[in-house]
Amino acid sequence: MRNPETARGMTSTIPHAKANRSLTRSLWVMAAGSFAFGFALVPLYDVICEAAGIRVNAAPSAVQASAAGVGREVTLEFMSLIPPGSAFELTPGTREMKLQPGKLYEAKFLIRSRADVPVVGQAIPSVAPSTTAKYLQKTECFCFTPQTFQAAEQREFTVRFIVAPDLPQDVDRMTLAYSMYTVADAEPQRLAAAVTPQRQ
Amino acid sequence: MSASQTHGHAAAHDHHDDHGPAKGILRWLTTTNHKDIGTMYLVFSLVMFFIGGAMALVIRAELFMPGMQLVDPGFFNTMTTVHALIMVFGAVMPATVGLANWMIPLQIGAPDMALPRMNNLSFWLLVAAFSLLILSLFMPGGGPAAGWTLYPPLVLQTGDAFPLAIFAIHLAGASSIMGAINIIVTIMNLRAPGMSLMKMPLFTWTWLITAYLLIAVMPVFAGAVTMLLTDHFFHTTFFAAAGGGDPVLYQHIFWFFGHPEVYIMILPAFGLVSEIIPTFSRKKLFGYDAMVYATASIAFLSFIVWAHHMFTVGMPLAGEMFFMLSTMLIAVPTGVKVFNWTATMWRGSLTFEPPMLFALAFLFLFTIGGFSGLMMAIAPVDFQYHDTYFIVAHFHYVLVPGAVFAIMAGVYYWMPKWTGHMYDVKLANIHFWLSAISVNVLFFPQHFLGLAGMPRRIPDYSTQFADWNMVSSVGAFGFGLSQLLFVYIIIKCARGGARASDNVWEGAYNHGLEWTVPSPAPYHTFEDAPVVK
Repeated sequence: MRNPETARGMTSTIPHAKANRSLTRSLWVMAAGSFAFGFALVPLYDVICEAAGIRVNAAPSAVQASAAGVGREVTLEFMSLIPPGSAFELTPGTREMKLQPGKLYEAKFLIRSRADVPVVGQAIPSVAPSTTAKYLQKTECFCFTPQTFQAAEQREFTVRFIVAPDLPQDVDRMTLAYSMYTVADAEPQRLAAAVTPQRQ
Repeated sequence: MSASQTHGHAAAHDHHDDHGPAKGILRWLTTTNHKDIGTMYLVFSLVMFFIGGAMALVIRAELFMPGMQLVDPGFFNTMTTVHALIMVFGAVMPATVGLANWMIPLQIGAPDMALPRMNNLSFWLLVAAFSLLILSLFMPGGGPAAGWTLYPPLVLQTGDAFPLAIFAIHLAGASSIMGAINIIVTIMNLRAPGMSLMKMPLFTWTWLITAYLLIAVMPVFAGAVTMLLTDHFFHTTFFAAAGGGDPVLYQHIFWFFGHPEVYIMILPAFGLVSEIIPTFSRKKLFGYDAMVYATASIAFLSFIVWAHHMFTVGMPLAGEMFFMLSTMLIAVPTGVKVFNWTATMWRGSLTFEPPMLFALAFLFLFTIGGFSGLMMAIAPVDFQYHDTYFIVAHFHYVLVPGAVFAIMAGVYYWMPKWTGHMYDVKLANIHFWLSAISVNVLFFPQHFLGLAGMPRRIPDYSTQFADWNMVSSVGAFGFGLSQLLFVYIIIKCARGGARASDNVWEGAYNHGLEWTVPSPAPYHTFEDAPVVK
């Protein structure tokens, strides 16, 4: 049996208490760094995707509509998504349209505010299949700017677009979807009280 | 509570003596002794092995025949998801942590782990984590059912189980990180005089590298599931395309963690096999230095191969090439290991005690899993294998007759040292042969199913897959029931049996310091550090 006095302190059984503490601290810092790295992957991913040309977030360059189509027909479907917490209802005016690449078309969307106070919203488009996104070129879109809505206001918006003539031959159907977001800093407190979040 | 481990200011406990463990439940709740905590980890992992195993049997029972017989598809998905989470984070990882707790201080001549109270905390966090995960099965909307990889957007449709499962992962992750820190500090600071790094036993070496992997990637996973949590509850859009996020980003973050994670499970197994094969070949390990460097190379490569899990997401060709070639590169250090184990046996005086049998089965069957992995590394053909039963067969070969067999080998190797009794070798041999045969009946046919196109994570399948699924299910029940024998052998050995000598394996080549302490290992060992020549 060992001397109870020396048995009391951890330093007697576990040597190098000081070195242990400093190494432990460094390892915790390393763990915290790994946690931060996980979040750093989010912007890094966008940068790498843009550099590799996988996902082009930049605005489309100017396009020219030609009077004549290229003689093939593509179906474009319209969809709306209501993200959780959004104060808006978004309805496409038409479910789908048949169009010829190269010609200018327009489509209507109906947006209604469900809030009982004025709110600001912005629509975010997405195109499926994602590889065809760069061929759907919008010349005018309500998604470019935030829109202010009065309480329960309902308005119609227009999007004008051209499907680029060099759309790959194997694509005969595309989907354009809009998600209507509430712009966060527009009176979030009253908004939360006014709107029941809805999932779709 | 053991007074010797208590900090000086805890004066209330000073009246305890230093003879050994306290009695009753408090001993286990408050212990800071590495042997107690090691035992708790091992028992915990065995319990989880059976809970996860029962879930696997629900899966295999449903898949016994085509058509829906026993469970509804949602519950089936919950079973595949929670089976994997429990086996990965609750069974395999805690088992190797338990072995590390027991054996690393004994192998390096340290009196205990360097951070004994954190050691206690990391074990009990694990209990809390898995209580939460199992509770989540009973929540409205059912348990987590989106697969263990928790891919959004599917995982965001989980019901009330979602936050429970995420917090369970947070707690289990915190537990692993603390365990890893403890192991690193112990190995770096508490080695006996003369125990240089390049004299350390291979099990300690592989755990040192594993612990660094854990610290590097566990927090990344914690970050990924935190993003899922905020996407679900706080309207962030990390992984929602509509808000500018990308679900594929989740896959990148997940597999940046996920691939090192598979080495976290297998490197300690490599260490165990590197201890056992020399012992029963009566030779030194062939190429010790090469083994250390191979382990470090595998750990390094594990960080740059993650996207081979996602060849089909639409990466650029250069990405597919990079991840294909870097993945194939892993075969080189792994090959070094397999050849070194084989060379260790060359002209050795081999005997085939239960630990050696399990280690040899590991060598053969893990290599089969390694080869199927090499097949999947080839990006163009992976498009066929992706999300099929071929994948299921591959990772079960490296995890069951791989990691699990190595853990069983380790338990059979050191159990006489822990309990002071030799276990029933005849029963252990029967356990080995039942396991080794049934595990192949269970998993080998899954290669055929996968190549024929059977997708994974489905409760029903078309009839051409019927026969091999039936064979696989028979193997599953055989393997599951065989493990009851394992429990019986352990309990029998803990209660009594022939006295084990200090060296345990008479006539075998035992090089580690653990064989210099009495059997059973006393509650406190190496209070005066041994000198290693």
